[in-house]
Amino acid sequence: MAVGLAHYLIVSLIIFALGLYCVLTRRNAIGILMGVELVLNSANINYLAFSRYGSGNYDGQVFAIFVIMLAAAEAAIGLAIVLGIYQTFQTIDVEATETLRG
Amino acid sequence: MSGVSIGDLLFYVIAAVTVVSAAGVAFSPNIVYSAFSLMGTFMGVAALYVFLAADFVAVVQVLIYVGGILVLTLFAVMLTHRIADVRVSNRSVGRLPALLIIALVGGVMAKAVLGARWHTVAAGTPAPTTYGIGNAFLGDYILPFELASVVLLAALIGAVVLSRKELKE
Repeated sequence: MAVGLAHYLIVSLIIFALGLYCVLTRRNAIGILMGVELVLNSANINYLAFSRYGSGNYDGQVFAIFVIMLAAAEAAIGLAIVLGIYQTFQTIDVEATETLRG
Repeated sequence: MSGVSIGDLLFYVIAAVTVVSAAGVAFSPNIVYSAFSLMGTFMGVAALYVFLAADFVAVVQVLIYVGGILVLTLFAVMLTHRIADVRVSNRSVGRLPALLIIALVGGVMAKAVLGARWHTVAAGTPAPTTYGIGNAFLGDYILPFELASVVLLAALIGAVVLSRKELKE
């Protein structure tokens, strides 16, 4: 069976599930950010797969570049916040940092 | 007999590498191994982009994800963990509820992916995409493109403000 749209969607689905698992179970803030990166990558695979097999124009690729751009901004800000948390709490375990919990 | 073509075989190999590295990110007990598995995932995804005839996006993926985000992540890992306790630093909790949620969400999505009759067109021969993407950026997407520069500037300033040391006089 030739590789088609469904193959890419399935690969993307698996990566999304693994990223979601990472976000849900990790207690290390950097681990959670890694899970977010996996989810964003799976979304990008979907964009490009539909761009290739669906529309045939460049809209999907442009959106993929915007997603990559936002992921870069998110990583920079997120890791800066993580470093700030580490300086304050000496740990980045998200269960230990519960000062704001009511 | 309909054999599997070389391109399809290559796709399966790359997809397997990508999925296995993503599993490494999700399940590794050591955050450093997770970070290096992330590199395998990013490279595999870039290769998948090449299969999807998106040459420019693939190069951008390698440049920004592998060259930027991954290095940043590794820096953060090295700066926030004493090497001695790195083995317990990436613990996972609540595996069972998480697996339940993922089975639910993944099941619905798999049903959607496999059940829907996608409107597909025959994929044309791969052509260079930079011309079309450049035209799209400076044509239909000019406003998001300009907003993206503002967002990046804000992120740059924000990251500097967040991570600098306070000077006490």
